Amino acid sequence: MSKRVIIPLGPQHPALKEPESFTLYLEGERVAASNVTLGYNHRGIEKACEERSYIQCLYLLERVCGICSHSHTTAFITAAEEVAQLEIPKRAKYIRTLIGELERVHSHLLWVGVAAHEIGFDTLFMYSWRDREVVMDILAMLTGNRVQYSINTLGGVRRDVSDSQKEEILKAIDILEERTKYYIDVVTTETTMMGRLKNVGGLTHEIATKLNALGPLARASGVDRDIRRDDPYLVYDEIPFNVITNDGCDVFGRVVVRALELIESYRIIRYVVKNMPDGDLTVKAPRKLPANEATVRYEAPRGEDLHYVRGNGTEKPERVKLRAPTMANLASISYMLDGGYLADVPIVIAAIDPCFSCTDRAISIKQIDSGREGTLEWNNLRTYSIEWYKNHGFDAHKIKLSR
Amino acid sequence: MLLSLLYIFIFPGILFLSVYGLALEYLDRKLYARFQNRVGPPWFQPFADFMKLMGKEGIIPTHADKTMFKVLPSFAVAAVSVVILYLPIWGTNSLYSFDGDLIVVLYLLTIPTITFFIAGWSSNSLYATIGAVRTITQLFAYEVPLFMSLLGPAILANSWSVSGIAAFYSNNPLMALANIPGFIVAIIAIQGKLERSPFDIPDAETEIVAGPFTEYSGRFLAFFRMAIDIEMIVVASLVAAVFLPFWSTSIGLGIVIYLVKTVFIVFILALIRALMARIRIEQMVNFCWKFLAPLAILQILIDIIIKVLL
Amino acid sequence: MLSLVFPSLFKKPATVLYPFVKPEVVANFRGKLKFDQSKCIGCKICMRDCPSEAIEIFRISETEKIFKAVVRLDRCLYCGQCTDSCPKDALEMTKEFALAHFNRESLRVDI
Repeated sequence: MSKRVIIPLGPQHPALKEPESFTLYLEGERVAASNVTLGYNHRGIEKACEERSYIQCLYLLERVCGICSHSHTTAFITAAEEVAQLEIPKRAKYIRTLIGELERVHSHLLWVGVAAHEIGFDTLFMYSWRDREVVMDILAMLTGNRVQYSINTLGGVRRDVSDSQKEEILKAIDILEERTKYYIDVVTTETTMMGRLKNVGGLTHEIATKLNALGPLARASGVDRDIRRDDPYLVYDEIPFNVITNDGCDVFGRVVVRALELIESYRIIRYVVKNMPDGDLTVKAPRKLPANEATVRYEAPRGEDLHYVRGNGTEKPERVKLRAPTMANLASISYMLDGGYLADVPIVIAAIDPCFSCTDRAISIKQIDSGREGTLEWNNLRTYSIEWYKNHGFDAHKIKLSR
Repeated sequence: MLLSLLYIFIFPGILFLSVYGLALEYLDRKLYARFQNRVGPPWFQPFADFMKLMGKEGIIPTHADKTMFKVLPSFAVAAVSVVILYLPIWGTNSLYSFDGDLIVVLYLLTIPTITFFIAGWSSNSLYATIGAVRTITQLFAYEVPLFMSLLGPAILANSWSVSGIAAFYSNNPLMALANIPGFIVAIIAIQGKLERSPFDIPDAETEIVAGPFTEYSGRFLAFFRMAIDIEMIVVASLVAAVFLPFWSTSIGLGIVIYLVKTVFIVFILALIRALMARIRIEQMVNFCWKFLAPLAILQILIDIIIKVLL
Repeated sequence: MLSLVFPSLFKKPATVLYPFVKPEVVANFRGKLKFDQSKCIGCKICMRDCPSEAIEIFRISETEKIFKAVVRLDRCLYCGQCTDSCPKDALEMTKEFALAHFNRESLRVDI
């Protein structure tokens, strides 16, 4: 029975929230080998940033991903402020931190629901998403929208937090903390869940360091790495918090890490709300940024998010590069899937908390008949497509390229 | 003659089975939703689903076996519908009972699972094949505990016919208390037979799309879903007849008691479905052989001891 | 889990029965734009800052400085940058969110 069956998991599959292609080589119910192909979500965002001013880039980068939207904008705008050598007021930093931690709570509650759905436990999925509504209502009250908050602007933040809003935040955090403690209790004692989560998707400490795992995936294998403590940005050097690590090295460890990170986030939010200083919300920012470059790292809910911005004296950036955390975590998937069961594949993929919309940057094209793979430069791709359409009777040469 | 036709087509025949099957599916989905703090579907939803599927085009893939594709859904519905003739609905006598019909009922209940297996295998698609193999593996796991748990009460009642077992327990209701371990085993085993969480491994939506039914659409899928609904009625009636001992001689009150008993069993099944996650196939086989089968054997021993003592 | 699941049967569901029950939106919700013609000076900073070219300002009188604004609801991101950039506070965001239409042309509205 050692004949291998090739199962395609994706690009469209009920287990995946976003398209990505995993090819599994099965022997019976065991996965013998696996292969990951990226590129289905590539939208040309980095190129599009070069034709928009910094303020417009902000809204574009917010839509890279629905859940890590605040991480991407804050990292980008901090890099742009470093390029312009601006120092933003203390109150603005506190408000950015508050929204960042609320986004982390939102993202982890969403992840608990998705992971429960992948193992067939729909009741926990419904309950945790009902509690996610509490966080989304708080975010809507503060920023005006439930996702894609757009609270940042070049030089500070756009909206203020009033005292009655602070009361609402503290009440909501109390409700959420009680429910989170209940979910932690359920996950660690429910037999069917423990059977599905323990000893699944193993990633040892050495392999995690070698394959460059980030975020909760690495922290569940004992790798003590958190950008908020190692390279502090915003106000994390003033706030006391713990970095949660776990030695489980399996999916259960990752669940525990994320659940305890939720408790830490509640503590950080309470500190920020109580100790917010008074002050301005923005400083005056120029429209044209000088010729300078900056790199910023930010601890998104999924790991370390890296943004690089280079200005050239005009009001549009010269180059924007972003590396999302899922891009670095993908290398570990192949390692974790091999040797496991087919039934564990969805939960192992869900345990790295994939956000494929953030990830895709390049696509590789395979010729159908010969199977040759290659990469096309963007200008060559445009010329090729214009020629192809001309041969099919449609003249695309006159279409203006600008946005 | 006319009365037989009435029984076969109206009550408790095909019309009653279809309507009650859709009603129980509605009850199950509504309870599942309310356990999860949601609203749930309106009362006509399963009927609307059935009509919608009947109206859609049934696409048969090129490489699949055409005859099998068309025949199997009707076969599954026919097999489960026949079982109701041997189960008591009002009173303790079923329509056509004979000595040994417990074995016939259990045999007929295995047929739908085999049709799911053949359906998945003959679809010639990757996900369907994996689903079909899982269906058969699951059959090996829960079938033996289910048979053994029904064997215990039969030994105590000294009868191999379902009507005879029901008559014995309705005359001596206290003896039914000795069957409680068997009741637990039977409830868990029928949750596996109906392929519901935590045993919905063949139909694992997030792993193998839809298991054996991946390639089915249109009226073929409608009949398979109807077969699963009727299977729920039949299996709940069987467990109610063997383990729950309340009957009445008048027809009206008897039907009401029957409805109450089956609704109670469906309530327990919906609660189990809401409380647990899906387990893996090898964990299920482990659990059934290491925990359920010994419990069923214990039940048989208890019944033999009580019979010898009396 | 049983202690949470079983009582849920008797509690009110957590679903808002939209569209039979209208939900309450927050105070500073970012909905459809509203334009105050008396305050606009025609500087067109809103057009310059819009990330998706959704708003257009036209002069409707040759002699006086009166302008009108046309917004394309399908392009608008409801980000509120035009509201922040306007030096005279001529734009504000309302709470209207049910903006779907059957054809694209009717989404280009005067405000």
